[in-house]
Amino acid sequence: MSQATTRAANPAADRFGFLDDFAVREIRRGLLKALAIPGYQVPYASREMPVARGFGTGGMQITLAIALPGDVLKVVDQGADDSVNAVALRRFITAACPELATTTSTAEATLIQTRHRTPERPLTARQLMVYQVPYPDPLQIVEPSEAKRRRMHAYGDYARLWVKLYEDVVRWHEVALSNRYPARVHGRYVIDPSPIPRWDLPKLHRSRAMHLFGAGREKKLYAVPPFTDVVPLAFDDVPFQVERFCDAAGRRHRCQTCGTDDTYLDEIPLPDGTRRWLCNDQDRCAERMSHGR
Amino acid sequence: MGYVAVRGGEAAIAEAIRSLEMLRAGDGGEPLAVAAIQQQLRLLVDRVMSEGGLYDPRLAALAIKQAHGDPLEAAFILRAHRSNLPRLGESAAHRGEGLRLVRRISAAFKEIPGGQILGPSTDYLQRLFRYELMTEDATAFRAAVQDWFADLPADALPGEFPKVLDLLRAEGLLDDQPAALEAIDITRQTLAFPIPRPARLAHLTRGETGGLLTIAYSTMRGYGYLHPTVAELRVGYLPVMLPDPLTGEAVEAGEVLITECEIIATHETHQGTDGPPRLSLGYGACFGHNEIKAIAMAMCDRAMISGEQRGARHPAEDAEYVVCHVDGIEAMGFCSHYKLPHYVTFQSDLENIRSSRAKMKGGA
Repeated sequence: MSQATTRAANPAADRFGFLDDFAVREIRRGLLKALAIPGYQVPYASREMPVARGFGTGGMQITLAIALPGDVLKVVDQGADDSVNAVALRRFITAACPELATTTSTAEATLIQTRHRTPERPLTARQLMVYQVPYPDPLQIVEPSEAKRRRMHAYGDYARLWVKLYEDVVRWHEVALSNRYPARVHGRYVIDPSPIPRWDLPKLHRSRAMHLFGAGREKKLYAVPPFTDVVPLAFDDVPFQVERFCDAAGRRHRCQTCGTDDTYLDEIPLPDGTRRWLCNDQDRCAERMSHGR
Repeated sequence: MGYVAVRGGEAAIAEAIRSLEMLRAGDGGEPLAVAAIQQQLRLLVDRVMSEGGLYDPRLAALAIKQAHGDPLEAAFILRAHRSNLPRLGESAAHRGEGLRLVRRISAAFKEIPGGQILGPSTDYLQRLFRYELMTEDATAFRAAVQDWFADLPADALPGEFPKVLDLLRAEGLLDDQPAALEAIDITRQTLAFPIPRPARLAHLTRGETGGLLTIAYSTMRGYGYLHPTVAELRVGYLPVMLPDPLTGEAVEAGEVLITECEIIATHETHQGTDGPPRLSLGYGACFGHNEIKAIAMAMCDRAMISGEQRGARHPAEDAEYVVCHVDGIEAMGFCSHYKLPHYVTFQSDLENIRSSRAKMKGGA
C-alpha cells in the first residue's frame, strides 16, 4: 500500500471510488477534522449511495473516500465476512474500486470496514478501521433534539447520561447498555462507539490503529486516532464490565470449534434446548484452528 | 492478493435476485413499456421524481418498473442515481412567473382575476369502479385523445395569471414579499440546527408524501392550530431558466411540471412588532402533479415558521423533528436495516439481562 499515491497522481484511478471529487474532498477534510478533535462529531453532507440508508452508507462513504489502489480491504458484518450485508457492500466497493484487493484475514487487511465488531486480533499501526454507525451521538438516549445535544457536547455536559447510568444501576443492578456503550475519548468528548459489544470497547483504548466512524443517515463523521484514551463511562464502585459468557456455575464458555475462551461468542440454541457456543470473529477462529493456537 | 470469494451470503443474494426477476415476469405476459408507465402511471412517476429529487420522467418510470411498483424503492433508485450527477448550472430564484398552467384554483375567493381553472382534477370524481377499463383497448385510448383535441377552445389561455396573494398584499394584509433567499443545496451542504427556511423547504420538497401528510394532518387536527385557506394552488409547467454560458443571460433550458401551493393561516402580529395584525403564509412546491404534497408542505412550512417565532408547541412546529423525519428514503432505509443480522448486539443484550438478573437474585 502506498499512502503517498494520490488520486491526482494516478489518472487510472479517475473513476476510482464511485464518489465525485467534491464528496471525496469533503469526507477527507471531515475525517482530518475528526482526527484533530478526537470524538467530536463532524457534520457532513452525506451522499446517497446505491445501498439503503442503515445498511452502512456512512462506513462505505469513508471507505470509498480513503481507499487507494493497492489497499487490501476486509468487509465484515457480525464478525462474519460472508454475511449477506458484508457480501453486498464488498461487491459494491470492489466494483467501484477495481484495484482494491480483498481479504477475509484481519492480519492481511489494511482497511477494515465493519459493522458491530472490532476484530479480536490486535490491530497494527498500518490498519484503518471503518465503522458503520446508526446513531453517532451517545446523548441520543437521553435527549432527542440534535440542537440541544450539540450544546451539551460543547459544554461537556454529560450529566443526564451519568444520571441514566446511575438510575440503571439502582434499578437493574447493571447499566442497561449492552452495546453502543458510551466512552470518553481523550478526556473530552463522549462517543457512541457504534453498536460494538462492550467486549470490543477496551480494544479502542490506546489502539495502534486508526478508528473512523461514519453515520450516513445522520450525516456525521468522528474518529479515535491511534494511541488515544478511550474510557468507558463508569462509577468508581461499579466498574465497567464486558460480557462474561459464563454458565450458571460461573465457568467461561469456550468456542466449540477452536476451543479458546478469550473471544466474543455466538450463542446458538439447539433443538434439545441446550446451547452451542462459537467464536463470533470467524477469521480469528479459523486462524486459531490453522495455527493450532 | 486477488478477490476473495466468500461462501454463503453470495449465493443467497444471487438466488434472491433470480427469484425477484421471476416474480417480476410473473406468468410471462407482456413486459410493461417504460413509456406506458410514464404516461399511464403519471402520478406515481411524479411522486417518485419528487421524492427522488430528480426531474426525469423516463428514468422515474424505469425505476418504477425495476422496483415492481414500490414508490419508496423507485424514489431510492432515482435518488442514488442523482447522488453523483454533476451540477451543470444554477437557476435563479423563481416566483413562478411564466408557469404554463394546467390547473389553478383558489379557495379564498369565489372568483379570481384570470379565473378558476379546474383542470384535470380527481377531486369531484365518484370513487366507483370503471369496470370497462378491465378490457379497454388501444382504440378507446386514441378516441379519448382525439375527442379531447376536437373541442379545444379556439382562444388559448393567457400566458400570465396574477397571483391571488398579490391582491391581499396590495391591501397590506400580508407580510412583505420576502427578499429572495439564497438557495441551499441540501445534498452538498451540511445539515445544522437551527435550519434556515430555504433548507427546510428543500428537505420538505423531497419529503415522502405520506410522511408530510401525517405531520401536516396532525397540525390540522389540533396538535397545533392551523386551519389554512388555500390562497392558490397551481399545477403547471415551469420554465427552467439557466444562464447562457457565453452571455450569462437567462435562457429557457426546458420546463418541469410542478405543483405549487400558497396557504393563508391565522393572523399574527407583523413580524414581532406591535403593528396591526397580518395574515400569515405557508408555501409548498414540488415536482410533478401532487396536490396533497404541496398543500401538506405549505402547512408544515407555516407551522415551522410559527414554531421558530414563538417556540415549538407541537411536533409539526419543531423544524428539527419535521426535517429529520419526512425523508422517505432515509426512513425506509433505517426501517429496513432492522432486518439485517443483529445477533452480536442481541447476544450482548442477553449477557446484560442475565447479569442484571443474577445480581438482583444475589440480593445485592
